[in-house]
Amino acid sequence: MVDYNDLSKKAKNIRKNVIKMIYNAQSGHVGGSLSCIEILTALYFGRMNIDPQNPNKENRDRFVMSKGHSSPAIYATLVEKCYLLEEELEGFRQFNQALQGSPDMLRISGIDMSTGSLGQGLSAACGMALAAKMDNLDYSVYTLLGDGELQEGMIWEAAMFASQYNLDNLMAIVDMNGLQIDGSTDEVMSLGSISKKFESFGWYVLEIDGHDFDQIFGVFNIFDKIETQPILVLANTIKGKGVSFMENQCSWHSKVPNTEEYAQAIEELDRRTN
Amino acid sequence: MSIESMREAFGKSLVEIGKENDNVVVVDADLSKSTKTEYFKKIFPSRFVDVGIAEQNLVGVSAGLASTGKNVFASSFAVFETGRAYEIIRNMVCMAKLNVKLCATHAGLMTGQDGATHQSIEDLSIMRSLPNMRVLVPTDAVEAAQMVKYMSKESGPMYMRMVRDDTKNIHYDNYRFEFGKAEKIKEGNDVAIIACGPMVEKSLVAAKILEVDNIRVKLYNMSTIKPIDIDAIVDAAKNTRGIITVEDHSIIGGLGSAVSEIVCQTYPTRVIRIGVNDEFGMSAKAEELYAHYGITVDSIVKYAKEILDIDSEL
Repeated sequence: MVDYNDLSKKAKNIRKNVIKMIYNAQSGHVGGSLSCIEILTALYFGRMNIDPQNPNKENRDRFVMSKGHSSPAIYATLVEKCYLLEEELEGFRQFNQALQGSPDMLRISGIDMSTGSLGQGLSAACGMALAAKMDNLDYSVYTLLGDGELQEGMIWEAAMFASQYNLDNLMAIVDMNGLQIDGSTDEVMSLGSISKKFESFGWYVLEIDGHDFDQIFGVFNIFDKIETQPILVLANTIKGKGVSFMENQCSWHSKVPNTEEYAQAIEELDRRTN
Repeated sequence: MSIESMREAFGKSLVEIGKENDNVVVVDADLSKSTKTEYFKKIFPSRFVDVGIAEQNLVGVSAGLASTGKNVFASSFAVFETGRAYEIIRNMVCMAKLNVKLCATHAGLMTGQDGATHQSIEDLSIMRSLPNMRVLVPTDAVEAAQMVKYMSKESGPMYMRMVRDDTKNIHYDNYRFEFGKAEKIKEGNDVAIIACGPMVEKSLVAAKILEVDNIRVKLYNMSTIKPIDIDAIVDAAKNTRGIITVEDHSIIGGLGSAVSEIVCQTYPTRVIRIGVNDEFGMSAKAEELYAHYGITVDSIVKYAKEILDIDSEL
């Protein structure tokens, strides 16, 4: 049984490390990192079959951070999961260090795919999921996409592919924070009904609150029961979640907190009970 | 010289390496009948993947497969595979050094009547500039088969460029391709010709014509474009009066550029680049295009004589 209180504590630590990392580097994407923390926490601490002691084991579940600019979120999660040392976070975006602006699989064990250019992760996740089927292995592949990222055409090439090849071991989660650099996703380039689009491509689609562990784990249970279809989870989230002045603010996509803002953000996160 | 298709040789070689190695997976984008990956598909359907007309996904799926340990051969036409999917090749395959071999067909003006949209004359330039990418250009079917075997045993990103039409074999079955080494086909100290792909055969004809005038050509088949054989280029620069490069590709960024870069740094000498001069092709038969764009035996002969300050009657 998963202890949601424990997960909430982990999520709080991860959020604080995201803020610290970006403040220390004076660079990085804070808004979209904070919006996906519960999803990552649930995957890494309550779902995925992975072992930091044996990071390359063949039958491990795979995770692809397609929205690679949210790398602080994955790095902080990997620290919590003991793939990385907390001190390594100080190297984020610094000369000759492992923690690149976007995740690099050659530099960090625990990263299954190098990403950073939007729209590419779903294709790679498809390749991994197909490989599991070719090898008769039972691992699953999870990928986290941004909602703005769905504007890339390659996403839809991969969407077709996943259902054509009946990739029922593939779960794509969309971090639906509704904001991209130039404004809201609806203003910049509306995706219309994402669920109808993916359903028409042959996917099983669910919509949840992406900050609610109960709903996230509910999705995992459904995933286990679905046969022959890939699953898409539309996780409604809040960009900048957890820091009052960052929440739902487009300007915090990649802004760096100043000293006062940093202190306030850490204080707010410390005060949070969930 | 026998006439053979390098695409056929590629397709048949994939079957051979597929029999030897269970990890070999072939990915195509609705062109398996043209790229000849259909042979692999027929024998190993469970290890063949068709992504449909979607070259970005072709490379993305290949990256995912390779990340799990698969030995991936991905095929399409050169212009789409390197152009449309360029940034995925860059950011997923090359940066992560994933084991994806991009084997493209229908390169160059030789693609002919399909026209400029289908004539890839920039692929060498694009692929050569990518870190971690190795670039191979077989001159004939025998070499294409050798390259497939070589690639199946090596890991990491590679690009192999093939043409559509059947070509003349300059090699016999006992030929052994050596990665990174230019093949010296003729020894001579008057003029050097460095060619790749089917242009090696054209250069061989030109060398024989020049021999009649007692002009001795040093001819290299530069079948590995990257890493390029520096020793062979220095040999050509030092021991002849000048170098002619010949390729069915833009003179910007391809073989001619690669040779010039080395010559400038090592032993400056005159380099004349024969290829497409910063323009697009058009629909016509291959030989008509070669004549129009000056990629001909006559051009090679003319420039060789020019280097030697001999009036050419052409």
